[in-house]
Amino acid sequence: MLEKALRGSKGYWVWLLALLAVIGVGFGVYLRQLNFGLGITGMSRDVSWGFYIAQFTFLVGVAASAVMLVIPYYLHDYKKFGKITVLGEFLAVSSVIMCLLFIIADLGQPMRLFNVLIHPTPYSMLFWDMIVLNGYLLLNIVIGWNVLDAERNDVPPPQWVKPLIYLSIPWAISIHTVTAFLYCGLPGRGFWLTAVLAPRFLASAFAAGPAFLILLAFIVRKFANYDVGREQIQTLAKIVTYGAIANIFFFLCEVFVAVYSQIPEHTAHLQYLFFGLEGHGVLVPWMWTSIFLMITAIILLVIPAARKNEAVLGVACVAIFVGIWIDKGLGMISGGFIPNPLHHVREYVPTVPEIMITIAIYATGFLILTILYKVVVGVKQETGE
Amino acid sequence: MDDSRRSFLKFAGISALGLGGVSILTGLKPGAVTAADTASEPLYKNTEKALTAERWGMVVDTRKLTRSLCDKMVAACHKTHNVPDLDNDRHTIKWLWTDGFEHIFPMKHDQYLAERLHGLPILSLCNQCNNPPCVQACPTQATFQREDGIVMMDFHRCIGCRFCMAACPYGSRSFNFRDPRPAIKEENPDFPTRMKGVVEKCNFCAERLAEGKMPACVEVSEGALVFGDLEDPNSEIRKVLRENYAIRRKQSLGTNPSVYYII
Repeated sequence: MLEKALRGSKGYWVWLLALLAVIGVGFGVYLRQLNFGLGITGMSRDVSWGFYIAQFTFLVGVAASAVMLVIPYYLHDYKKFGKITVLGEFLAVSSVIMCLLFIIADLGQPMRLFNVLIHPTPYSMLFWDMIVLNGYLLLNIVIGWNVLDAERNDVPPPQWVKPLIYLSIPWAISIHTVTAFLYCGLPGRGFWLTAVLAPRFLASAFAAGPAFLILLAFIVRKFANYDVGREQIQTLAKIVTYGAIANIFFFLCEVFVAVYSQIPEHTAHLQYLFFGLEGHGVLVPWMWTSIFLMITAIILLVIPAARKNEAVLGVACVAIFVGIWIDKGLGMISGGFIPNPLHHVREYVPTVPEIMITIAIYATGFLILTILYKVVVGVKQETGE
Repeated sequence: MDDSRRSFLKFAGISALGLGGVSILTGLKPGAVTAADTASEPLYKNTEKALTAERWGMVVDTRKLTRSLCDKMVAACHKTHNVPDLDNDRHTIKWLWTDGFEHIFPMKHDQYLAERLHGLPILSLCNQCNNPPCVQACPTQATFQREDGIVMMDFHRCIGCRFCMAACPYGSRSFNFRDPRPAIKEENPDFPTRMKGVVEKCNFCAERLAEGKMPACVEVSEGALVFGDLEDPNSEIRKVLRENYAIRRKQSLGTNPSVYYII
């Protein structure tokens, strides 16, 4: 089926070449990082994880959100999602690949990556994160590809795929749960030391992922002349609404526990993020923007008339996606490190090389996504769906 | 075992040997320090004179600390272990350093703190926790705990994920954000230098204990530091702890530090 990605309009090829150019530039910068070390980033002794790990955390959520299509389609037999489920699974594939690339970009000694396999360490959460991420990648490639291939040949998918589909449901939950466990099992990091972190990660994922998928559906409709259907988009929009509300609710639970208990190790991080601490507050405007975007989007989404207007829905989805990206891709990781365990406030700002490498990894994800979506749309148009 | 797996393992073994070779080229005394292919093997081979303990511990007597004494101890440590002197604050490597009481003991900070403690430099180092969160976090066992309690780093195995830094509640770990070697003022050939991309920290001078010497900081401490076996009731450190009230950092976190402070 891959041959479908080899025939495309001029616009398609220009887009691919543009992505390749961005990847090329970013790879050049990465070689510089490889040569100099992670010192070219804005990370420090105090904020030892930065932009890369934050993007990884955010994208795990986007990947996990595919389950919001798989559950209705396969578990509740919501047949109308047949037009979009594979798109969700392939979004998961490209997201997980980006996650893995961000982890590699973040390693001080990437050539020793396989030490994680050579010396497996079951009490390290990172070991389990590697297992669940790679497993989820494999599951989604196998499931997505086989289901699509069966559809193309107008036959039911092979029987052995079904158990894998059911397995992929808890597996999707596991990738974001284990990713939350990377943070929330650490002593002395009050911001992350909360049992609600994994649920909150999942809630935000179930908002940001489907919101992005709605936007992708609009793009596919406009540029590839493939319509996943109005009703399907509206169903996704409701999922986004519930996810976004749950995310804000969990966040408020966090705020209550920290602020009402007044335990300094827990309040200090929130104070830093939203009001600044000891004269430092580089993230303050960002965090309030994030809150503003998420609240605005929720208001737009809960009003049926607004949600049903696709232009408004598009705006709400962008707001949700950007709002959650700021929350997880900027605040979540930095906020956990600031103030540091010795209660010094040392801020973190990503550097230009760091941002260029990040953009290149996103471009790689979009390249993979474009090719996969080209195949899907090609097959769907061929079968006349 | 099928062929491909065997050849993969062979490749991995050769790679490991290659890394060991590199470390010897960079001034590691062969024999004194083994490449430690597995975490359970001792990283330092004990000589006949070796100092041993069931659980090594340290007491910092803050009553005896002065700025100049602290500087001397930090200098001794960093010189012994080839800790680079980097000017960029973000890239700093610290094994032993000083900070104010309110930072070393943020949970014990008090408005009405004893006058003596205002502005007093207090030593900070790896706590050599008996229940170390960094060891639990490390995905490759590059950070591991010896039977005598010392938490060690295998610089050749560390992949530089910095999970241990997130896990340490004392900020006791440093990462080589760049090649440290050009920033080493005077290289000590008896201890390995590090490469970029690996984590490092205080090792209670395990390499000196193996040769029967006390840790470098203790040696120049003029009695401000007491080092010994916490499990031996007759040891000097236990005597000091019996006679003085000592506290530990962030004890509520359950990491069980081996470094005590007499305030």
